[in-house]
Amino acid sequence: MIHKIIDKKDLCPGNYLIEVEASNVAQRFQPGQFVIIRIDEKGERIPLTVADFNTQKGTITLIFQVVGKSTKQLGILNVGDVVLDCVGPLGNPSEIKKFGRVICVGGGTGIACIYPLIRALADTGNEVISVIGARTASLLILENEITALGSRTCVATDDGSKGHHGFVTDVLMNLLDEYRNSGGVDRVIAIGPPVMMKAVADITKPRQIKTIVSLNSVMLDGTGMCGSCRVFIDGEMKLACIDGPEFDAHKVNFEDLISRLEMFKEKESEAINYYSSKAGVKK
Amino acid sequence: MIQIGGTRVVMEEQSVNERVKNFRSVPFGYNAEEAIAEAQRCIQCIHGPCEKLCPVHMDIKAMIREIVAGNFKKAFFIAKKDNAIPAITGRVCPQEEQCEGVCPFSLTCNGINIGKLEAFVADWAMNNGVKEGFHIEEKPEKVAVIGSGPAGISCAVDLRKYGYKVTMFEALHKAGGVLQYGIPAFRLPKDIVDYEISYLTEVGVEVKLNHIVGQNIMFNELRKKFGAVFIGTGAGAPQFLGIEGERLKGLYSANEFLFRTNLMKAYKFPEYDTPIVCGNTIGVIGAGNVAMDVARCAIRLGAKDVYILYRRTKKEAPARDEELQHAIEEKLKFIELVNPTRVLGNEDGWVTGIELLKMKLGEPDKSGRPRPIKIEGSEFTMKLDTVVEALGSKPNRLFLDQTPELETTRWGTFKVDENLMTNIEGVVAGGDAIRGNATVILALGDGRKAAESIHNYILRRRK
Ligand SMILES: Cc1cc2nc3c(=O)[nH]c(=O)nc-3n(C[C@H](O)[C@H](O)[C@H](O)COP(=O)(O)OP(=O)(O)OC[C@H]3O[C@@H](n4cnc5c(N)ncnc54)[C@H](O)[C@@H]3O)c2cc1C
Ligand SMILES: Cc1cc2nc3c(=O)[nH]c(=O)nc-3n(C[C@H](O)[C@H](O)[C@H](O)COP(=O)(O)OP(=O)(O)OC[C@H]3O[C@@H](n4cnc5c(N)ncnc54)[C@H](O)[C@@H]3O)c2cc1C
Ligand code: SF4
Ligand code: SF4
Ligand code: FES
Repeated sequence: MIHKIIDKKDLCPGNYLIEVEASNVAQRFQPGQFVIIRIDEKGERIPLTVADFNTQKGTITLIFQVVGKSTKQLGILNVGDVVLDCVGPLGNPSEIKKFGRVICVGGGTGIACIYPLIRALADTGNEVISVIGARTASLLILENEITALGSRTCVATDDGSKGHHGFVTDVLMNLLDEYRNSGGVDRVIAIGPPVMMKAVADITKPRQIKTIVSLNSVMLDGTGMCGSCRVFIDGEMKLACIDGPEFDAHKVNFEDLISRLEMFKEKESEAINYYSSKAGVKK
Repeated sequence: MIQIGGTRVVMEEQSVNERVKNFRSVPFGYNAEEAIAEAQRCIQCIHGPCEKLCPVHMDIKAMIREIVAGNFKKAFFIAKKDNAIPAITGRVCPQEEQCEGVCPFSLTCNGINIGKLEAFVADWAMNNGVKEGFHIEEKPEKVAVIGSGPAGISCAVDLRKYGYKVTMFEALHKAGGVLQYGIPAFRLPKDIVDYEISYLTEVGVEVKLNHIVGQNIMFNELRKKFGAVFIGTGAGAPQFLGIEGERLKGLYSANEFLFRTNLMKAYKFPEYDTPIVCGNTIGVIGAGNVAMDVARCAIRLGAKDVYILYRRTKKEAPARDEELQHAIEEKLKFIELVNPTRVLGNEDGWVTGIELLKMKLGEPDKSGRPRPIKIEGSEFTMKLDTVVEALGSKPNRLFLDQTPELETTRWGTFKVDENLMTNIEGVVAGGDAIRGNATVILALGDGRKAAESIHNYILRRRK
């Protein structure tokens, strides 16, 4: 099966949005789930969160950041081009119900992953506060879309070019203080780089606020058959692809997650160098 | 020259020095003269012990007679009658425990090389475009087959022969199950697997890849849409020892190692995108076919020292004889009578070695092999930079979790009756999904039996 790209947007430097035909995924998708795509016969299987879907058109929206060979190649594809495989939806859907007041923290491309959650939680009657951040203003994605959902949205940039000058975790800390005397916060959901998710967990743990994170360990099959995506939750081995990708942040061993994400680093630079030299594209 | 009994016609192979640098088939296969000469050794035993011990009871004697007569086409049809994938079983069956093991010549020298003869006729047919054409009388009922391993393949082909419409659902992007992702190309060339899969579509099986039953298509949906369902989901969930250090980089399950290498072709990296990190010194835990496959892949990926770490001794190793022999020729080192207790790592989170406990052999256990017994306090360590756990695998957990209505055994395999029917009428299961880690030929036999069972079920329902 091939999956045609029917729309493409440059969101910001190095970040793209593509809308892909995948009616089977669109029909079944629930927030929190992801797909695995393989661009061509020689391609690897890479997981990407489904940021949006359209059941009528039978399409899904993927938002990705160029970090290596596969995402670079995907970013070069245009409307009308195809990807060979797009399998999903994979993983367990997020728990969506009325929790009360929920803070959703999204960092970098993680904003795309948390966007469908913000929408679903708001639709379920929660008071959702979104905290989104990026290195700099030009890399901040989906701000308008998230603000348009009508909930309170706070922005942080590392360089202060927009919103709070600093990390999303600073903003989170302030919000938790602010709400302490007005009913508190019932749940925090954080999706972004593992260091960010860890920092969020470190803030909410002593405050005993239930916190959910979506783990992005290295995946291969995405069906529980390889063990590549294993993560350690309260000392127990779990497979992020079928037991997750969402887990209780206070139980996650982030050091292991961060360490394991580096397993193929050397090979990944070899891949991008090979691709760049072969395709004649600049690095 | 007719040579009855005598020694086996030698199977030409790639030299050891050459083959450890590539993933091409190790044996070259018999040519026509060699096949005929080997077939001539057969004395056509009256009771055909080889046929009795073949799990699908192939007409081995008849096949051999036709080879002797040079009627390769006929020989192929005889093989194909009982076995949907002779090119594959001929290469991977544990023949020494089955057909060849009971051949009278195996007592004095080597039994008739039945496996290689079977592979020869199948390869001959493939190369000469000879196919089993069968007339299908279409029936209205639709059957779903879950999983495209040998169990699913044989079930689907037989169901088509009965005339049913068959849709096969496969979780991965390629069909074939273990034949595709597990067994490496130097043992089972992938063009052969692809050929068998293309045959499936030729006979009208609709193959739906990237469909994970229980995840992106629901089991109940299949039950509603199809008159019957066959479950051939195999035993694909990896097992880990649960010892310290399994979080480390450089430690793999055998499945991950083989998936990367075979299914994703990491041995052609960076031409193919999927990477694998295989160190210079690698320890493989286990001594079955899976462990040998990992070890021999590792050598081809450039590892200098490959150790098989095994609780018992070489003698008890469950791998096929041919595999063990090839592995030893390829300079794998056996560390016998050891049990891993800890994987060691450095501050950067990479594997640096393993701690092993020495074992001794005790009384035979249920499997008839001597039980390994721990020698307390005998721990020692070994430097390694890659560790692969090849401990066998369990039935697909995802599918089990999503189908609580299906009864399972203590081992997580599906419970079936003598007709392979599960507790749900019209839902039949076979292969590794009911046996745990078994063999290609047993999965194939199950697939065939399951098709018959489904056929009978549908006939009963029609009344
Ligand atoms: C459940 C899940 C959802 C994800 N959703 C998104 C998303 O919506 N948008 C997005 O931009 N990224 C997402 N990612 C990360 C994305 O999969 C990786 O960025 C991508 O695989 C990198 O491939 P590459 O060849 O471009 O880079 P590479 O050079 O191969 O790798 C760069 C880095 O990406 C990570 N990575 C590499 N391969 C994999 C893999 N197979 N699985 C997971 N991580 C890998 C590693 O940290 C690696 O160091 C998600 C990951 C997971 C597990
Ligand atoms: C490395 C290795 C080497 C081996 N060597 C030998 C050998 O030399 N000789 C021998 O006889 N046997 C060997 N075996 C064992 C043999 O391969 C298996 O017994 C046999 O393949 C089982 O067949 P199966 O059809 O039951 O399952 P599998 O071959 O495992 O196929 C099951 C298929 O179902 C798919 N699937 C699983 N869950 C789902 C789902 N929910 N939805 C859709 N699809 C699903 C899987 O992706 C897979 O493709 C080996 C096994 C391994 C792993
Ligand atoms: S199918 Fe296997 S056991 Fe049967 S004859 Fe062929 S090689 Fe022997
Ligand atoms: S047991 Fe050996 S010699 Fe006897 S019929 Fe079979 S293959 Fe021939
Ligand atoms: S990706 Fe293979 S088990 Fe999760």
